[in-house]
Amino acid sequence: MPEPVQQTIRLSIGSRYENIELVQAVLDETLESLPIDEETGYWMGIALREALTNAIKHGNGLDPEKKVDVCLAVDESGVDITVEDQGSGFDPDAVADPLAPDNLLRTEGRGIFYMRRFMDKIDYDFGAEGGTKVRLHKKFGAPGSSAEADQGGANED
Amino acid sequence: MKIEKRQRDGATILDLQGRITIGEGDVALREAVQAAVGEGATSILLNMGRVRSIDSSGVGELVAAYTTVTNRGGKLRLFSMPSRVLGVLQITQLVTVLDILEDEDEAVASLA
Repeated sequence: MPEPVQQTIRLSIGSRYENIELVQAVLDETLESLPIDEETGYWMGIALREALTNAIKHGNGLDPEKKVDVCLAVDESGVDITVEDQGSGFDPDAVADPLAPDNLLRTEGRGIFYMRRFMDKIDYDFGAEGGTKVRLHKKFGAPGSSAEADQGGANED
Repeated sequence: MKIEKRQRDGATILDLQGRITIGEGDVALREAVQAAVGEGATSILLNMGRVRSIDSSGVGELVAAYTTVTNRGGKLRLFSMPSRVLGVLQITQLVTVLDILEDEDEAVASLA
């Protein structure tokens, strides 16, 4: 496969769940020309969906007037995905561990865990005037992401 | 998400098809399980064989379905799990909580 073409794609969507499908479609098309296997791409899609869900639901409170800005950036080393909302931010360290026995039957709280698991790195940035930006990174040539390998282990980078 | 309901040997089987993801499949699953419980079903089997994808919201709905049914003294089991869906449950250790069977025959037999 030829060297990946550097590109940056920016999207701005209203805070509606159906817009997740639009962003997923853009990611899928972008990945087609990149050295990322189908399985890894599938899990990247799940991670992106979790980031978008958090931005739409928890960040923007499902307010359709509030935007979620998405940037897909490809360079020679990998793919960076940033998802930025207009919410009031949160403390990632305060999110409960979904693997704790008391939390196993909670109906929420697994999204960040899945993002960490399916990407090589995630980090957060909080704007001075509000808003949460999460950055998801996937390196080309890194071991494939899978929900099946290393079962039960959290990837706390 | 498309859900069809049928009966077999006293069990209510929900055949799920599509994605159990936020805003669509998760709501459909919730409504289907609540409807079955409302109709008096105490043994509910979820046929996962044609589930293409699941996210954390879908996982949350599976957990909610499990607790809804078991808190009423009923049984909820899953069978024919696609590998990707099973993987998502494995890494969050939900396979230690949810009752997951290999196929429909095994799931029905487990209710005896």
